[in-house]
Amino acid sequence: MKNLSPKHVTVGLAVLVLLIIFPMVVTQIFPLQIMILVFMYAMLGVAWNIMGGYAGMFSFGQAAFFGIGAYTSSFLLVTFHVNPWIGLIAGGLVAALVAAAIGYPCSNLRGHYFAIASIAFAEIVRVHFNNWTLVNAAEGISLPMLDESFINFMFHNSKVPYYYIMLAFLIIALVVCYFVATSKMGYYFRAIKESHDVAEVLGVNVVRYRLMAIMISAFLSAMAGTFYAQYVLYIDPESVMLLAVSVQIVLLSMLGGAGSVMGPVIGAAVLIPIAEVTRVWLGHKGTGVDMLIYGFLITIISVYQPQGVWGLLSRIGNKIK
Amino acid sequence: MNKAICLDVKGMTKWFGGLAANRDIDFVVEESEIVGIIGPNGAGKSTLFNCITGFYKPNSGKVSFFGRDIYRMRADKICKLGIARTFQIVQIISDMTVLENVVTGALLRFSTIGPAIDKALDILAFTGLIDKKSFLGTELTIADKKRLEVSMALATQPRLLMLDESMAGLTPVELRQIIDLIKKIRSQGMTLVIVEHVMEAVMEISDRVIVLNTGKKIMEGMPKEVCSSPDVIQAYLGDKYRVVC
Amino acid sequence: MLARNEIMPEQLLQQIVNGLLIGFMYSLIAIGLTLIWGVMNIVNFAHGEFLMIGMFASFWLFTVYGLDPLFSIPICFLLLFLMGVFIYRFIVSKVMKGPMLAQLVVTFGISIFLSNLAVYLWTPDFRLIPPTILQGTWDFGEINLSIPKTVASLGSVVTSVCLFLFLRKSKTGKAILATEMDREAALLMGINTERINSLSFGIGAALVGVAGAFLSTYYYIYPQVGGLFGLIAFSIVALGGFGSIEGAFIAGVLVGLAQTLGGFFFDPAYKYAIVFMIYLITIWIRPQGLLGW
Repeated sequence: MKNLSPKHVTVGLAVLVLLIIFPMVVTQIFPLQIMILVFMYAMLGVAWNIMGGYAGMFSFGQAAFFGIGAYTSSFLLVTFHVNPWIGLIAGGLVAALVAAAIGYPCSNLRGHYFAIASIAFAEIVRVHFNNWTLVNAAEGISLPMLDESFINFMFHNSKVPYYYIMLAFLIIALVVCYFVATSKMGYYFRAIKESHDVAEVLGVNVVRYRLMAIMISAFLSAMAGTFYAQYVLYIDPESVMLLAVSVQIVLLSMLGGAGSVMGPVIGAAVLIPIAEVTRVWLGHKGTGVDMLIYGFLITIISVYQPQGVWGLLSRIGNKIK
Repeated sequence: MNKAICLDVKGMTKWFGGLAANRDIDFVVEESEIVGIIGPNGAGKSTLFNCITGFYKPNSGKVSFFGRDIYRMRADKICKLGIARTFQIVQIISDMTVLENVVTGALLRFSTIGPAIDKALDILAFTGLIDKKSFLGTELTIADKKRLEVSMALATQPRLLMLDESMAGLTPVELRQIIDLIKKIRSQGMTLVIVEHVMEAVMEISDRVIVLNTGKKIMEGMPKEVCSSPDVIQAYLGDKYRVVC
Repeated sequence: MLARNEIMPEQLLQQIVNGLLIGFMYSLIAIGLTLIWGVMNIVNFAHGEFLMIGMFASFWLFTVYGLDPLFSIPICFLLLFLMGVFIYRFIVSKVMKGPMLAQLVVTFGISIFLSNLAVYLWTPDFRLIPPTILQGTWDFGEINLSIPKTVASLGSVVTSVCLFLFLRKSKTGKAILATEMDREAALLMGINTERINSLSFGIGAALVGVAGAFLSTYYYIYPQVGGLFGLIAFSIVALGGFGSIEGAFIAGVLVGLAQTLGGFFFDPAYKYAIVFMIYLITIWIRPQGLLGW
């Protein structure tokens, strides 16, 4: 994991400036909505990457944590009028605890077995929420329309504040990921990814570090979930806990380059606009063409460029050197 | 001069189903000794290593390390106490560079990356891999991978180093290099236990040799004694052979 | 939830019968998956979609050519076999040496592609094959045996048995078993393990395609039908032991029973959650499953 070079920092700042200016220049709603989705999925991808790309725990169940975050903050808001920002933290903590509870018995699972366990877990959660009367089961939760304000985490007239908030969340996630990747934790995660034996023989407490990875990943995913709830103002198990969402997160992380900090961001930046545009142009008749192309792309990428875009760029960068 | 007892193994027994891979094995290793463990394939050498270092859970026995009971202790805790080991099939982190691999080992004793990198560079200079520090794990020859594995083990600053067939698959030149490395490691005060098949190497560097066969210890002694013992020869070659050693 | 004294023995027996009927179908579906997994160590996330294709093949053969589903079984077998071999040769084989993540994702990609191809070609509508030769129920007192379900179930058992015999008695079958047990040893014996891979993937697909044909005699046919069956198949394979054909057979029946009885005693809405719980518990407590090695 290379530390930031001046070149990286300059490019990063330039992109950041562009992103900050973007909503002032582009005022149509559709591009703005796409960007918000890109940021949200990028954050979910970065969160997944910490446990998947770095620690080798390929989870296909991230939507469960996303959903738990959304449900915790929304439930607290609707039932106890808890401020959404506090709900945000609560959601993160609940997700982290659930992550630890499921992560612990799964400490020995790797590869395919872990992947399926993550699907089994996420589906159990979804079925449960679909039938849990406390959270309105399949009907879902509608968030109340509060006065527009930052404190209330609610804006009615424009999407622009949501844009900046999600961008800020994404930056937080990236900072966390960067610190993890360049710290002792990051080295240990990568050792665990290689094999449990190699990690143990170097003195790594594999169970403890795996739990840390899962919990950090869950917390960040839950944050994105709270954002989604506040943005869309309606959540139900079929929208926030879907296997398809989890798979999407893995796909974009792989496309961009799992195991690198910026990989999922690139993946989201490429995949989400394509998915949204094809959905609107080609998918509205329910013909499935958009998803068809999507599935095709995924297959091709797995075969020919599994290291993702970041891997491709690194290879080109190495050749230029 | 009384040397401290580094490793004390009593009655080590490990069953796999109906097969006794290790049966009632006793041995002692003194500080700064090099003890070689030999025996034909399937004798239980790697099983013994795994039982001592926490990778298998033995069925019965006692193990103590400088007086501290480590029987059935978790592998990472044993490493923290100061026992490092290598594996028969080389275990390195293939996606990392040589330097990063050793840093991962060094991080056991440091909490930040900076000092760990310094330590790692020292180790790489000691083991002779410093020129290849930016090579990826996948880009190394098998001999260099083995040397990297030893470097990673050394980075955890152990008091006992256990090497499992470090010399398998090496050319004569590479063999000489690793023998010299092992001698160099010992000269720094390290205690070593090595499992080996390459007979000349084991005899050259070991202070004492232990022989295993079908899970039992059949002999222990100076290299020369062991080499000429009829029991040992029979274990390896069967009844028909006699060897002049 | 029913109180203890309300449960009639006949109701319980009916649930057990239903569980067995669906269980044998599950067995056949899972056997294909465990074969692929055991031979080449890859999880086929598109397994449910192969089932769906088998169901649609049977449907169209009936609708266009008037062929009764039972007679289209051999055609479905062949069709899915060829599809499986094609997918292995041109897609899956290329990721076998790649990173784990790519291996996990590639069959997901195929699954998304196939289910949406079905949506594109045939619309998301639900379809049903109207009862043909087989219809009605056999009644034994209070117990009803739906004839299509029973025939499908028995057909699945027969197919499973045919597979056992093929694997144990034929030369190719033994080669497959050998590769499953120890790939390197098989290579050393002169077995072309690449060809075995193709063959196994094809047979695995063909088996679940046949299950689809059987299922189509009474189940709704639609593009997304594969999803749930695929996931249930994972639980079964885990319970039976990854790679164990006999294990998958037994586990299929057990899961079928668990599903119906679990839904009966607890909440029907949770019946699939119970199946997923089975996977987790198996993998935590006895990772090698019932009969795995």
